Amino acid sequence: MNARALLPLLFCITHSLAMAQGLSELGQTSEGYALPDPATRFTFPDDHGSHPEFRIEWWYVTANLKDAEGTDYGIQWTLFRIALSPNGEPDDQMWMGHAAVSTPAGHLFSERLARGGIGQARVTAAPFEAFIDEWRLAGPDLATVSVTAQSHEFRYDLDLSSNGPFVPQGEHGFSVKSFVGQASHYYSQPFYSASGTLTLPEGEVHVTGRAWLDREWSSQPLAPDQTGWDWVSLHLSGGEKLMVYRLRDLARGAYVVGTWIAADGLPEPLRVGSLEMTPVEWAEVAGQQLPVVWDIVHEARGIAIRAEAIYPQSWMGTEISYWEGPVRASGSHSGEGYLEMSGY
Amino acid sequence: MIGTVLTALLSHWRRRPFQLATLLLGLSLATALWSGVQAINAEARKSYAEAASILGGGLSELVRTDGGVIPVKTYAALRKAGWLVSPLVDGWLSAEGGRVRLLGMDPFTIPQGTGIAAAVDPSLYPELIGTNGKLLANPATATRLPELKDRLRVIEDLTPNMVLADITTAQELLNLAGFSRLFLAPNQPLLRPGLASVAPKLAIKPPATANDLGRLTDSFHLNLTAFGLLSFAVGLAIVHGTVGLAFEQRRPVLRTLRALGVSARRIVLCLIAELLTLALVAGALGIVVGYLMATALLPDVAATLRGLYGATVNDALTLSPLWWLGGVGIACVGTAVAAANGLWRVARMPPLAPARPRAWIMASDRAMRWQAGGAAVCLAGALGAATVGGGLVSGFVLVGGFLTAAALFLPMILSSLIALMARWSSGPIGQWFWADTRQQLPGLSLALMALLLALAANVGVGTMVASFRATFAGWLDQRLVSDLYVTVEDEADIPALMAFLEDRSDAVLPIWHVDAEVMGAPAEIYGVVDHPIYAANWPLLSALPDTWRQLAAGTGALVNEQLARREEMSLGDRLPLPGGWTATVIGIYSDYGNPLGQVVLPLDALTRHYPDVDRSDFGILVPEQNRETLTAALTEEFGLPEDRITDQGAIKEFSLSVFERTFAVTAALNFLTLAVAGVAILTSLLTLASMRLPQLAPAWALGLTRTTLGKLEFIRALVLAALTFTFALPVGLVLAWMLLAIINVEAFGWRLPMHLFPLDWAVLGALSLGAAGLASIWPAYQLAKRPAADLNRVFSHER
Repeated sequence: MNARALLPLLFCITHSLAMAQGLSELGQTSEGYALPDPATRFTFPDDHGSHPEFRIEWWYVTANLKDAEGTDYGIQWTLFRIALSPNGEPDDQMWMGHAAVSTPAGHLFSERLARGGIGQARVTAAPFEAFIDEWRLAGPDLATVSVTAQSHEFRYDLDLSSNGPFVPQGEHGFSVKSFVGQASHYYSQPFYSASGTLTLPEGEVHVTGRAWLDREWSSQPLAPDQTGWDWVSLHLSGGEKLMVYRLRDLARGAYVVGTWIAADGLPEPLRVGSLEMTPVEWAEVAGQQLPVVWDIVHEARGIAIRAEAIYPQSWMGTEISYWEGPVRASGSHSGEGYLEMSGY
Repeated sequence: MIGTVLTALLSHWRRRPFQLATLLLGLSLATALWSGVQAINAEARKSYAEAASILGGGLSELVRTDGGVIPVKTYAALRKAGWLVSPLVDGWLSAEGGRVRLLGMDPFTIPQGTGIAAAVDPSLYPELIGTNGKLLANPATATRLPELKDRLRVIEDLTPNMVLADITTAQELLNLAGFSRLFLAPNQPLLRPGLASVAPKLAIKPPATANDLGRLTDSFHLNLTAFGLLSFAVGLAIVHGTVGLAFEQRRPVLRTLRALGVSARRIVLCLIAELLTLALVAGALGIVVGYLMATALLPDVAATLRGLYGATVNDALTLSPLWWLGGVGIACVGTAVAAANGLWRVARMPPLAPARPRAWIMASDRAMRWQAGGAAVCLAGALGAATVGGGLVSGFVLVGGFLTAAALFLPMILSSLIALMARWSSGPIGQWFWADTRQQLPGLSLALMALLLALAANVGVGTMVASFRATFAGWLDQRLVSDLYVTVEDEADIPALMAFLEDRSDAVLPIWHVDAEVMGAPAEIYGVVDHPIYAANWPLLSALPDTWRQLAAGTGALVNEQLARREEMSLGDRLPLPGGWTATVIGIYSDYGNPLGQVVLPLDALTRHYPDVDRSDFGILVPEQNRETLTAALTEEFGLPEDRITDQGAIKEFSLSVFERTFAVTAALNFLTLAVAGVAILTSLLTLASMRLPQLAPAWALGLTRTTLGKLEFIRALVLAALTFTFALPVGLVLAWMLLAIINVEAFGWRLPMHLFPLDWAVLGALSLGAAGLASIWPAYQLAKRPAADLNRVFSHER
């Protein structure tokens, strides 16, 4: 889910606020940084920690939750690391946290920024801890963590525990982002079950559900023609998981790839050309038209899913703004998941 | 019709261009002085407001209760606990023409809506962050920091005298390991532990306001305002004189116009139109002069405020044109006030009123008694304010009431003095001279009052400044006990420095201090070691017999006079100190020029209670002949940069230069007020000269030549000026006493001993005689050269 937030946002933005522009200029070049290498294989728990030799990196949690009455909720917890220089020193890192809850009453979000090296934000691999201010994703290891974030309007405290493996995306975790080869290292933990409490303006809600973690790091900006990114992750009823992203390219059309993850965690890459991800319905969100219903089709696998935003107004009006919220899946497979759309 | 009336009225000015010039001069001078002074005040206030909004931006802050720096670890712990705070590094850089405030901020966490966030465009953030991050300053401030030239980024409309940077850059330049304070963001998250459990040494401080600085600088601005007001009043005396003269001289014209059928109302309207035009022209002229004056004085004022209070004030005026238009309004109001009397008389004048000599009518004992009554009321009000009220404002009410009373009493006192003189004089000419002088008094009284005020202000302020200067210089001599002062850059160098100085000097005296809040106000806490030089050199205002011995034994505290006065503390009182402990006050010392409270503790008490004290300053005792050798050795052998070593003389010189600059403005205003008073006398004499022919003609007819009459006029002006000065002297001395014993105590917290400077009085006396003499030369000369026919005509017009 991730790439979308930072890659297009940090590098292509022209519309976002001045502050984001200012700070995003801090790392416009990949010169001097490590580049993703297809030969790299993940080693855990080390790769759960940060990779300061790469320019950007994120820890991205989304969860589809329900209360006792079956009402849908969604939460997002994200920590971005952006290097200000390639020397890898803690002082030269900038951290950005985004948190949100999507509820029937509306979408609440918050944002935190921090400089590295002064103890305000950090990620350590074992025991696992990622934090910015009091927002935390931590546990004995990344398979069993609690996640918390808050603002002056909302707060959530959830326990996540996984019953499946970490899943490399792309080719052994080497995830290509464009026709010309921009790529990242990318793995997910889609098998979390979640339970905990949401503190909302309406009161406290006890919730349970499923969560998805994305880990991704890279040094390369998107190709100049790429204007934005649509990404979807789905928990399907048979226990399978599906991740699809679509990079919008002015010159060559959309670059759509994905991963089919079997219920036992075995990934199968869905390659460019075999997948379609098409907007079906649009809604006015934050003053612009955004696609809130998508069709995802992969004929060979028999996938013909319609993913529909549960709360179409899930707009992240952060310094770098984008859409992120829970979706419901129907069609060939049913289920639920998260959608992210950036660069609109 | 109106055109004809206006032509008839305006022809007066064409025939008397000098009178027109005087009127315009008086009005423009009054406007200029008033708006110039107000411009300076407004500019300063604007700067305070800007500085306050930059410094606080209306947000509460977290500060260390003991005034120390906040460790980075404490900041991180707060953030990790859910306290949304943003760090600020606040300090001073030495720069050309006084220090410059350096603020370090954190672009990542600075709350939107703070002055700093508003002042720095986010697109600049990338330049600020990282090693060799840029510093932001406005063009004028940037030129004062040539050493940082490469790192400065000039931002046109940044607050003056201030440099903004990232926290790391500020920490590096200030050699500071933590943060000065933390902004508290307005929206805090739902759950966070209490402050005491995360950062027990921190406390929440309410938002800073412009008043914090305003309070310190209030007295300074009141001082300027008082001068501005005085000058305005004196300027109005000129206008009153001139307008009165013009009405008087135009009586025949007015009478003719009335006789021709022009209504009184129409004439008054025409006169108002005429005055309004004059006021607009003079007001415009006045604001130009006021602008020039303010521009000339502002750098000194700004430097003073920087030096004394660390206030950031623009060197250049940035007030809007609209503000200056207000100056024209003041001119119009002033004209209206000064001309109201004249207009009233014209409105009520019967069409065929004779051109009666006004001087006779005005010589009414009743008016004088009324004035004396008014004076008594003013005096009573002043004394009432002084006994009932307290604080600076009632101090100024006292001064204002006293001066007004003195001015109102003046005609009566002069009249009595003249009557006394008349009794001693013999011969008809003498008798006539005194009688005639006394009879002229009412016409001149306003101008003489102006002179009195100018002279009394001169004596009073002059005595205060000179007393202050004498006390300050003597105090500096005593207080600067060390011969050399050094500042180390890195506290790790201190042991090496002590060892280095061990054999090369008589003693090393640490001047360690911490800035903290004492009894709710910012203060400085210093530590001193046990050394006999303190007892020998440090004058105490009140002390116990064994004050220095107790301090040497490590107990007790000395406080400066301003703190003692503010908190009404005396020897033996317990002084609550930050960190929750108290010390006994064992001595009070004078501390002129310091706006803050100050406490002196035994050094080990200071370091025990406040481990984070600033340890970088030292005084060194070294015999005169070894001073240069030691300075050289410190630079060459020890590697201390030259700018970190200051000798006693340089500090003294610097302090005195700050002092001189502070009062340069006062001196300039003093002189201007006196000049305006001189012009007031001139216009009054001119007015009288033309009205007095009927009184002079009989004296001339009895055999006094016109030259003699001219000489007598000249002498009369001198006599009146001399008498006024005689009265002004005691008034001025009382004023000086009020300034020293009441205003200074209220404004600054110190009382100064009063010194008398008779030589200055002699100079001032001569100056006032000179001014009056100069002012009377022209009317006297005119009289001496007056055609005999004019005097003759008085008899032919006799009714």
